[in-house]
Amino acid sequence: MRALANKLTNLRSGFGLPLALLTGVVLQSCGGDKAGSSQASGVAEDAAAAVYVPPGQHDELYSFLSGGFNGQVSVYGIPSGRLLKVIPVFTQQAENGYGYNEETKPMLMTSHGFVPWDDLHHPKLSRTDGMADGRWLFANGNNTPRVARVDLKTFETVEIMEIPNSAGNHCSPYPTNNNEYILAGTRFSVPIDMEKGGMGDASLDEYEEKFRGSISFIKVDKDNGDMELDFQVLVPGFDYDLANGGKGPSEDWVFFTTYNTERAGTLKELGASQNDKDYLAAINWKLAAKYAAEGKAHEMPANYYHNKLDHGTHTAKSTIKKTVRYLLPEECPGMMYLIPAPKSPHGIDVDPTGEYMVVNGKLASSLPVFSFSKMQKAIENKDFDGEVNGIPVFKYESVLYGEVKEPGLGPLHTEFDNKGNGYSTMFVSSEVVKWNVKDLKVLDRMPVYYSPGHLMIPGGDTKDPYGKYMVVMNKITKDRYLPTGPELLHSAQLIDISGDKMRMLLDFPTLAEPHYAQAIVADKVAPNSVKFYKLDENTHPEAVKSEKDVKVTRQGRTVKVNMTSIRSHFAPDNIEGVQVGDTVIFHVTNLEQDWDVPHGFAVMGANNAETLIMPGATQSLRWVPKQAGVYPFYCTDFCSALHQEMQGYVRVSPRGSNVPIKFSTGKPKPVPPAQASVN
Amino acid sequence: MSVYLRVIMIAAALSLGLLFLFPMWKIYLQAPQYPEGLELHIWVNKLGGSSESVLQNFNILNHYIGMEKIHPDSFAELRYMPYIVIAFMVTGVLVGLLGNRKLVLVWVLLLAVAGAVGILDFYLWLYKFGTNLDPTAPIKVPGMTYIPPLFGSKQLLNFHALSLPSWGALGIFLGLVLGGLVYILSKKSVKPQLA
Repeated sequence: MRALANKLTNLRSGFGLPLALLTGVVLQSCGGDKAGSSQASGVAEDAAAAVYVPPGQHDELYSFLSGGFNGQVSVYGIPSGRLLKVIPVFTQQAENGYGYNEETKPMLMTSHGFVPWDDLHHPKLSRTDGMADGRWLFANGNNTPRVARVDLKTFETVEIMEIPNSAGNHCSPYPTNNNEYILAGTRFSVPIDMEKGGMGDASLDEYEEKFRGSISFIKVDKDNGDMELDFQVLVPGFDYDLANGGKGPSEDWVFFTTYNTERAGTLKELGASQNDKDYLAAINWKLAAKYAAEGKAHEMPANYYHNKLDHGTHTAKSTIKKTVRYLLPEECPGMMYLIPAPKSPHGIDVDPTGEYMVVNGKLASSLPVFSFSKMQKAIENKDFDGEVNGIPVFKYESVLYGEVKEPGLGPLHTEFDNKGNGYSTMFVSSEVVKWNVKDLKVLDRMPVYYSPGHLMIPGGDTKDPYGKYMVVMNKITKDRYLPTGPELLHSAQLIDISGDKMRMLLDFPTLAEPHYAQAIVADKVAPNSVKFYKLDENTHPEAVKSEKDVKVTRQGRTVKVNMTSIRSHFAPDNIEGVQVGDTVIFHVTNLEQDWDVPHGFAVMGANNAETLIMPGATQSLRWVPKQAGVYPFYCTDFCSALHQEMQGYVRVSPRGSNVPIKFSTGKPKPVPPAQASVN
Repeated sequence: MSVYLRVIMIAAALSLGLLFLFPMWKIYLQAPQYPEGLELHIWVNKLGGSSESVLQNFNILNHYIGMEKIHPDSFAELRYMPYIVIAFMVTGVLVGLLGNRKLVLVWVLLLAVAGAVGILDFYLWLYKFGTNLDPTAPIKVPGMTYIPPLFGSKQLLNFHALSLPSWGALGIFLGLVLGGLVYILSKKSVKPQLA
């Protein structure tokens, strides 16, 4: 019977598509003249059909776009461009209580205290055999150096690791092909105090002598994803910009772009743009790990936080780490090399075969492509041109495969399809350029609106890209959407790359500022998605799993309310005996065991957010009432037909009052005459 | 009675074992906001469903209309029915071993009566749950009762309820059919011997 219903639904959607197309045509013919600009002309004719996902049907891919200065990750469906979720990572989210409730506050703790915001640039999916496996998403916090892990079973941030000896964790997080390590490089070099640990003091005139960079090697547990900072490599005091791992023949290597090899400490705009060439740093991570394991590592004091969510209690816990191990490149021969690269390079991208490393020199007129096999040969032949801090520098020509001539202006990033082509964003000339990796010839160009930063092909940074779509993320949108005052959203543009020529399909506004993004076919993530938490597995110490066990208890000036929520009431919903100035902690357990039935909890006057409790979980909200009165609390997520009735009262008496603690839910029911009692 | 018929009789008795492997009856509920559906499975010895927490979810929905909570402990039947089934299985096997035609008939008739009583009992429960509603319930529709269908489908407010026997009930059906077959066939096979 259900099969029949499904057939009917399919039949209906079969009719729906031509109808929608027809509507699209009509709309286009009406509005065509008015829009009439160059913007419409670049759009593929059948674009509407290519991105149309009928109501009730699912997208082909999940995409994870970083939120930049909102500190979150936005999840969009591809090809529809529909927003599926916003995952708070480094930023408090009043919407669900992340970073506001007692369980998630520790997640945002750092050695600087509670840091409720960060600048999230690069999401990276975890990998198995060099391919995205859909288990976790790693992301960097740029401002107060941190690396986070999001669990893709729950789409929740489950771990945040602070990175010591780093400042501006931009060059991060880059997983090796089996997540052996997540690499995180510092953008700003800083003076590092090897004796006391952490950032040291130095005059700003001493940049050249005292400032150092660091590259962190974070170990990832194969089974549960837990991170551990294994060691750091202390590198010359450049700015480390971006990185990418090798694959295939180059899979033991990770490549980092650097700028400010001039080591200017001020007006870097000019100071860091003097050298004609900066460096691409190549690090053999396997060798580094071997050196670290074989006792080449030194140890220095440190002070950094490691915050982890416990699955059972659904509570984050902070651990403070006090030491860090480090390697010095000058003591580790063969571990690190420098390749001269055009002035102030930005992105470094390794093609799917692992042979070609593309350096996107944002100020350069050509796009250099380096060869991994030539690099191996140059190492063999010691084809060096001096060294920096004991690190050998290759001759440019001995490692260069060739250059893409006149690719466009301001190349920033490159990704690859599965047919041997590279696609590069040109920030200044506002276009995407397709070129062939073998012969380095430009094949196609497409204008984008405007000033693209990163671009993303699903799996475009792995050994087997999904060469159907490309998402280009633009920094400037100006006239692209209805104006919304001075602050405009950035945009993503979806481009079909399955044919010889690129075809523009869709653009959609994006939250805050997406830098990089990742995407993965839905089948790798959707089947594992958790529907609700099992109440039986909830080990939160303050959980109550039955309405019989709810309680309100006073300990000094703290009042603990262990309560439950279920459609459509709280237990208890009448509370008395709280006094002005008490710290009240509501520990709310959502007793529901069904999909999509969160209950929210908010109380009047709380200097806090609400908290949104998923079925089976317990969350705690702290509240200090400042005035006497009777305060309502209520469920904030429309949960049921009687959601509006899902509310209660807390009576707050003046300090020192003799109103005793008392709580209840409902009044004893009179037994209806001539009927059996009902429960 | 031939060996074949005795074997079939024993098979009839053992087919009741299906009751311990599968639910007897299933009630399917569908509503716009429950595209995945809710299934209540009635076993000979327990209540189950499409998910572990299906009873809680049934009860949450039902409490709005004042229906009593469904709880396995409320049904004494779930405690003693398994013994009745086991008794039928044991006696059925014995009847098969003895090969007594009259006992076959008695066994089949008793099983039929037990099955009928079971269905009647099931209906009475449905009736009780569907009509014994809390007068203080938030949702009261004048004249509305919520007796789920015994067999077939019915619209109950936003829910489309469908009630069907499941594989476990097939065990009883097989017991009756195979037992009946043994009774009828054994008559034919007896005749030539007498003639």
